[in-house]
Amino acid sequence: MSEILVLVEHADGDVKKVTLELLTLARSLGEPSAVWAGPGYTDAAKAKLAEYGAGKIYVAESEEIADYVVAPKAELLAKLVSEASPAAVLVAATAEGKEIAGRLAIKTDSGVITDAVGLGEGFVADQSIFGGGVNVRSRVTKGTPIVAVRPNSTAPVAEPGAGAEEKVEIALSDAARGAKVVERVKQERGARPELTEAAIVVSGGRGVGSGENFSIIEKLADSLGAAVGASRAATDAGWYPHQFQVGQTGKTVSPQLYVAAGISGAIQHRAGMQTSKTIVVINKDSEAPIFEIADFGVVGDLFQVVPQLTEEIEKRK
Amino acid sequence: MNIVVCVKQVPDTATERKLRSDDKTLDRDAADGVVNELDEYAVEEALRLKEAHGGEVTVLSMGPAKATETIRKALAMGADKAVHLSDDALRGSDALSTSYALAETLKKIGFDLVILGSESTDARTGVLAAMLAERLGTPQLTLANKVEVDGSAIAIQRVTDYGYDKVEASLPAVVSVVEKINEPRYPSFKGIMAAKKKPVETLAIGDAEISADQVGLASAWSEVVDFAAAPPRAAGTVVKDEGDGGVKAAEFLASKKFV
Repeated sequence: MSEILVLVEHADGDVKKVTLELLTLARSLGEPSAVWAGPGYTDAAKAKLAEYGAGKIYVAESEEIADYVVAPKAELLAKLVSEASPAAVLVAATAEGKEIAGRLAIKTDSGVITDAVGLGEGFVADQSIFGGGVNVRSRVTKGTPIVAVRPNSTAPVAEPGAGAEEKVEIALSDAARGAKVVERVKQERGARPELTEAAIVVSGGRGVGSGENFSIIEKLADSLGAAVGASRAATDAGWYPHQFQVGQTGKTVSPQLYVAAGISGAIQHRAGMQTSKTIVVINKDSEAPIFEIADFGVVGDLFQVVPQLTEEIEKRK
Repeated sequence: MNIVVCVKQVPDTATERKLRSDDKTLDRDAADGVVNELDEYAVEEALRLKEAHGGEVTVLSMGPAKATETIRKALAMGADKAVHLSDDALRGSDALSTSYALAETLKKIGFDLVILGSESTDARTGVLAAMLAERLGTPQLTLANKVEVDGSAIAIQRVTDYGYDKVEASLPAVVSVVEKINEPRYPSFKGIMAAKKKPVETLAIGDAEISADQVGLASAWSEVVDFAAAPPRAAGTVVKDEGDGGVKAAEFLASKKFV
């Protein structure tokens, strides 16, 4: 079986769910090798990567890798591509993952595909473009296929791999040390899952009416263990922070379940959520375009429907 | 400070966007062309930095002849001059080719700071700024919601999943901006009139020493195998709230095993 490199996304020593999805996907196309970049590698991380099928785990723990923006991770992957000649490289299609993929493509003279929602034989990738209006199949034609895969494209399934560790030392070039991270500022809100990789997202829009009212969106999200999102109307009004904006100029999400409350569903919003597997809509305007893509919709006042839904979910737990 | 701001003309999101059936590239004639929205924030940031530190703002755009509309808009906002990289050989270029062509042009025209929107609304790859930094060998200061320049030092706030990173570098550098960094100005009537007289230099690939075998559809590093209109989502159930809408929604979620 041919080797496929999977760049591990991790935070505070934990492997993120999207990496388990990528390992699962890589197993269907070859033999996955996980690539750990930066400090924080733990036995628990190793066990997790092996549990989901990593045959090898390349570990590059240098502090320096995390000290500079993007370029060190691209250099690390380029070194591994040249040494291991893998069949493909998979990264998560996060903002940073795509940037790493872009730099790696240049370093290895390879094509890159971003925002794949599926990946099949011959590394032909499925993409959903133009706000979900067109489905495209594309593939890399030069070099080593580099594919950035959207979170929630595959359900992670455990299937143990050998998890053989291989330490990697890397001497970064001066060019990779150009942009230094001098401080990381955390602005997390509660213990909710990360928006782009959450299995469930509950979003509020113009209909929510104020920042205070977003508490009812948050309560519904918490009852479902979901992330909170917001439409551009809500973030422009300052009701919810910009990093939670779902849509064309914000985050693209593709969860199992997307609940839209008080969101009309302009194309700019749909572009960020149309590939969600199940969509539930609550809006008082029965003509709102978001109903066109709803699997289940309630025409009603979100201030009545959302709290009742939250209460009912809590009751059923 | 010599600031170059890259702008792209994109099909209007509000119109129907298509791929061409013959060569599977974007059908630029099917939709109205507009300035890529995030690039307006890039232009605004360039103008603010010029206003604070002095220098000159040059607009750089790669695209067909009709992209001049987009260039004029950036000039009307207040940029000083423009370079329009336009050549039939560039049609169908992918992100690798585009970054190569822009990097070669940037080397030719010179820069202290390059500013771009963090992604375009059509291709949405979000890779171009990182690719330019890679090709130019300059620091990558991307996804910025704040930019500060002090002499040859530059600092940004880079938006992350958990908040932001403070990042420092030295000029020359490549910056990409996110939407909340500023509020782009509307071109004034005076600005629109002045833009008509501002110099726009049109370059063909030979003028920028761009190799023809590195650009265009035939040289792309990836290809569209096939494409189709997305099948419409199966019509869902829509109920009117009769005082039990929340309960009904919960029943639906339970039937799908979300509850």
